[in-house]
Amino acid sequence: MIKNVFKRAAKGAHVPHNKNTQNTMTVDMPVPEKILLPMQQHIGGTAVPMVKKGDQVFVGTLVGRAEGYISAPIHSGVSGTVTDVREIQISSGARVPAVEITADGSQTVDPAIAPPAVTDYESFTTAIRASGLVGLGGAGFPTSVKLTMKDLSVIDTLIINGAECEPYITADNREFVENPEDVMSGIMAVKKWLGVKNVIIAIERNKPEAMDVMFGLIKGDASITVKPLPSVYPQGAEKILIESCTGREVPRGGLPSDVGCIVMNVSSVAFVAAYLRTGMPLISRRLTVDGGAVAEPKNVRVIVGTPIADVLAFCGGTKGEVGEIITGGPMMGVSVVDTAFPILKQNNAVLAFPRSEAELPPVQECIHCGRCIEACPMGLSPVIIAKAYNAHDLPGLDKLMVDLCMECGCCSFVCPAKRPVTETMRFAKTMLKKGAKKK
Amino acid sequence: MLVKASPHIRDNSSTQRIMLDVIIALCPAILASGIIFGWRALLLVGVTAAASVAFEYLYCYFLKKPITIGDLSAVVTGILLAFNLPATIPLWIAILGSFVSIVIAKQLFGGLGHNFANPAIVGRIVLAVSFAGRMTAYAYPAVPGGVDALASATPLVATRHADLPLLQLFLGAHGGVLGETCAAALLLGGIYLVVRRVISPAIPVTYLATVAIVSLLAGQEPLVQLLSGGLLLGAIFMATDYVTSPYTLTGKIVYGLGLGVITCAIRFWASSAEGVSYAILLMNLLVPYINDLTRQKPLGGAKKK
Repeated sequence: MIKNVFKRAAKGAHVPHNKNTQNTMTVDMPVPEKILLPMQQHIGGTAVPMVKKGDQVFVGTLVGRAEGYISAPIHSGVSGTVTDVREIQISSGARVPAVEITADGSQTVDPAIAPPAVTDYESFTTAIRASGLVGLGGAGFPTSVKLTMKDLSVIDTLIINGAECEPYITADNREFVENPEDVMSGIMAVKKWLGVKNVIIAIERNKPEAMDVMFGLIKGDASITVKPLPSVYPQGAEKILIESCTGREVPRGGLPSDVGCIVMNVSSVAFVAAYLRTGMPLISRRLTVDGGAVAEPKNVRVIVGTPIADVLAFCGGTKGEVGEIITGGPMMGVSVVDTAFPILKQNNAVLAFPRSEAELPPVQECIHCGRCIEACPMGLSPVIIAKAYNAHDLPGLDKLMVDLCMECGCCSFVCPAKRPVTETMRFAKTMLKKGAKKK
Repeated sequence: MLVKASPHIRDNSSTQRIMLDVIIALCPAILASGIIFGWRALLLVGVTAAASVAFEYLYCYFLKKPITIGDLSAVVTGILLAFNLPATIPLWIAILGSFVSIVIAKQLFGGLGHNFANPAIVGRIVLAVSFAGRMTAYAYPAVPGGVDALASATPLVATRHADLPLLQLFLGAHGGVLGETCAAALLLGGIYLVVRRVISPAIPVTYLATVAIVSLLAGQEPLVQLLSGGLLLGAIFMATDYVTSPYTLTGKIVYGLGLGVITCAIRFWASSAEGVSYAILLMNLLVPYINDLTRQKPLGGAKKK
């Protein structure tokens, strides 16, 4: 597809790939002593704790009930005893309840665990909701909500997101390589129950092994295509991916379903297959542990709720002075305040950087080079938005469509004056949102 | 441990590196000016660059602002200003030019990133208006025969009477200001900047193409127009100044078109022989409007049908 360069440059950012763990076989991390399960591991309503101190739980036991339409339940990944239910602060700054479970080491499976009975679309989405699945690519949007829609007939394309455009992270790549049968059977399940005609498996070109495996598996099925994508950040962002795969533009304020698409992360879709087969809810996930301060970078399968400190220790600990620890990728990930904080469902990586890599260069004056405008994958004009923000120009911010910003970080990444452009965009979004509410 | 907002990494670009690239790109033309006009050309470049840095330092020092000379932008302005002066100019006029460029056109408006027009262009125009005679006392080329202080017509003035050989124009062995004569050296620098992705070729290419087309329509020899006067210097190094040029590809093309038309209009139909610096100054002033009218279209931002 030839991009219309007069419409928008949308060059994205040529981030360093650093896919050091691309060919590293995933290892299972041993059961931790304790897990901590915050009741907010998804976008939407905070789950409600269903257990109290002293309760006995098993592997797969429901500990948090989904609250509200956009929400997801939370399950225990260990068997043991609930030793505390307390309020903790999560990275967004909000305070939410969290359940602490001390493992007994036996990993006894909850006797209630059984494969769900799926017979139609409705029972399928009900099952997905019960599984606790959220988008495993990092966003953490409840999958059942994504799959539930009034008019299924508008959806013609299912896009499997295997772009994995963030530096370092290789967890999705390993999902393709190590677990291709589940990926395929998950795709077939979603395709069948939602009645989707076409499936596009989108993989960045820097993952040749994953592409080979999937090309091999789809042979003979004309409704499924593997789409190799340029390795440019943020290729895996939902709206960018839809445009790359189908040429369709998700309208402002709209959803992928508005252009007939559903986008699912590859690890999410593989989990769907495993859940339909076993009935075991989302209690563990694969994540990449890497970065200059990690002694032995690895891909590990970790029980959700395991403290970050335990995960780092399992990877040989850290070396030198640690400057920053991030969950997720270096472009959109979140700084970790305390390594006692647990791994959440949507975390696809834990990265530790030495101080030299974590520190940012000093900020200089904007020279109006326009690189942020060229880089913005959404075709926004960050430098002009920053001006409107400084002038508290609400109609201007609305006209500049700052609300379309997904905070991918390209503008800050490419800025030669090293300005925190993405932060300004974030503030400008908030200003516009608050201003709109006041009206 | 640090806690910061995403993104947590940056690329290795910097303002300083961009300015250094521009200085590197200017080197062939500096060398050429030394060969064509002799050592005094190099002295002038050195003096304006040093004076520009000194004025920036003093301004920041006395106004208790952070010292910004490390970003090298003052050096670039200094070299470009020297490029716009004839080799015969008295040094005090060159230093005055640096003062106008750095203090008046750049720092008084807020320093790097806030100037409304290209500082070197403003410096040149102020000097050209104030010292018209001395600013057009073009030296004959040093090869052969050394600097000659006699005034001579530049090719732009000369072409109204007799044509210079194209090769001589291309290599720059003719009268003019320091940096504008050697087309070969300027093009080399321009190619370097495009390869290093410091500038987009959009502005120089549209600017030059517009001049070529308008020349043709006006019955002038396009190649002579392209290679003479300050056109290449202006198109490659002055019109591409980030602060005073549009952001988007469409904007850059509109800007280049405007530059070309104004340059030709001044050259062919106005009383002045050269129009590049006035064209750039005029288009600089229009940049905010061009930016407003040529903004890129956000993904999914199209109006609902």
